[in-house]
Amino acid sequence: MFPTPVEKAARWVSPVYQMLLPVALVIWLLPLIGVAITSVRPSGDLAAGNYFGMPSSFAGVENYTAVFRDSPIGLYILNSFKITIPTVIGAVGLSCLAGYALAVYRFRGNLALFFIFVAGNFIPFQILMVPVRDLTLKLGLYDTVTGLVLFHVAFQTGFCTLFMRNFIKGLPFALIESARVEGVSEWRIFRHIVLPLMRPAIAALSVLIFTFVWNDYFWATVLVQGQAAMPVTAGLNSLNGQWVAAWHLVSAGSIVAALPPVTMFFLMQKHFIAGLTLGATKG
Amino acid sequence: MANRSPASSTFWKRNQRRLSPLFFLAPGALMFLVYVILPVFQSIWISFYDWDGLGPKTFIGLSNYTELFGDEAFYTSLTNNILWLVLYLLAVPAGLAVALFLNQTVAGIRIYKSLFFFPFVISQVVVGLIFTWFYAPDFGLFSALIKSLTGTEIAILADERFVTYGIIVAGLWPQIAYCMILYLTGLNNINPEQVEAGRMDGARGFRLFWNIILPQLRPATFIAVVVTVIGALRSFDLVSVMTAGGPYGSSRVLSFYMYEQALSEYGYRMGYGAAIAVILFLIMMVFITLFLVRMLAQERNA
Repeated sequence: MFPTPVEKAARWVSPVYQMLLPVALVIWLLPLIGVAITSVRPSGDLAAGNYFGMPSSFAGVENYTAVFRDSPIGLYILNSFKITIPTVIGAVGLSCLAGYALAVYRFRGNLALFFIFVAGNFIPFQILMVPVRDLTLKLGLYDTVTGLVLFHVAFQTGFCTLFMRNFIKGLPFALIESARVEGVSEWRIFRHIVLPLMRPAIAALSVLIFTFVWNDYFWATVLVQGQAAMPVTAGLNSLNGQWVAAWHLVSAGSIVAALPPVTMFFLMQKHFIAGLTLGATKG
Repeated sequence: MANRSPASSTFWKRNQRRLSPLFFLAPGALMFLVYVILPVFQSIWISFYDWDGLGPKTFIGLSNYTELFGDEAFYTSLTNNILWLVLYLLAVPAGLAVALFLNQTVAGIRIYKSLFFFPFVISQVVVGLIFTWFYAPDFGLFSALIKSLTGTEIAILADERFVTYGIIVAGLWPQIAYCMILYLTGLNNINPEQVEAGRMDGARGFRLFWNIILPQLRPATFIAVVVTVIGALRSFDLVSVMTAGGPYGSSRVLSFYMYEQALSEYGYRMGYGAAIAVILFLIMMVFITLFLVRMLAQERNA
């Protein structure tokens, strides 16, 4: 193990390390802690110049209620879910199929197709912006949740296919071969032999895509205009424009917007990290 | 399959292996083609036109590009993009440093690792708002810190000299967390025998790190560099949320300038925006190609 475990170092190292950990963490998360404290500050504190001290009283309930009562943030959150969940299902579903095809079958253009999926994943959004906006307008899906979902599904399929294909490549191919010898149809092999083995990959991708799409801001500003379909990222930014100097409300709104992906991360931590670090260990 | 006629059933049986990949691929590939691949070419095509997004397109050849090369704002954006790229790469060694610091087995370390990773999970819009507040004159924590150290107040986001650096620092925060997690996984997979052998040979501290650990972390380093470069060139959210390109356009980057031009409040300039996007795409292509070449080498070895 590197660096040397603190337990094996000189006797003073371990307690010093254990003391340094929380200090480092507080410094690292200082901006976030500041926002969390501000979100429970009564508005009077800000007016009185009490920005950094302890809040004079706990106004958390008040501030968070105000955010939900005086702004459409509840609607924005709902929209975010309406965009994110179908995208996760769509992108993961399509990429299970596509990844399986690329991993299991040998055919001309297989590798080229795979590389197109990989490359598409890295291109700047701006090169897609004008045509995708135009297409969405023509389909009559501008300013709708469906318009955003369709684009997100298509785009995330690139990354998901890369992930799925590599995951299936790592499965024992003999399983598929022996099923073929038995005369099992190709679809049944996929459905009953391979798909059950893909569960960890599906879990990892689902949390990752959930976070990516939830946090998307660019496409929300390009494909959506009004409140009706606006997700919480874009919504929060527009609220920030309205709540000038009401930092306790902006802070509370920020915390609300950050909560779903953070919860997701904590619940599915192992899968999340497994998905994110794919490729960081081998190759 | 039961109500399939015998003839087609045998056809299917004979050709199943050859046709199956087509059916498996079709839905995903079609979506990807329509929403990702074709738009790239459409954008290149649109960049030769003058178009407001609604009316007819007028072919103007390379005029958008010649205008671009004489456009002051374009050079500001390009310079800022280079600045982003260079400074953003600091996330790689910084992430490694944090990973080394956290790669211990003391009680509760897992919670610490997840909390350090926190900034990456939250939206860049939230990160942008947090740092706007952090930098705000009068009541921002950072401003207060600067004031107590230097005695003068600096409004980071309103000052042309500092604004881009201020935004990059905000971007580094989640990016360092991302690199950290990549390196933690890398460190986890290091061959302990080699480390022990190195220690036996008397290598320790920095030499052990440089000669034995770092080479084993190469896959993690590669991915960290790739995602950081792409993150730097994609920077849009933070610029849009924190300054909207200001003050006086001094914190623009190509991605934001493109958006501004294409959907500008003074009239949509889709052609000109597309031309900016094409330039950004070409810059990105350099890195994408490097990545693909490496992947291809890996595939050949596999």
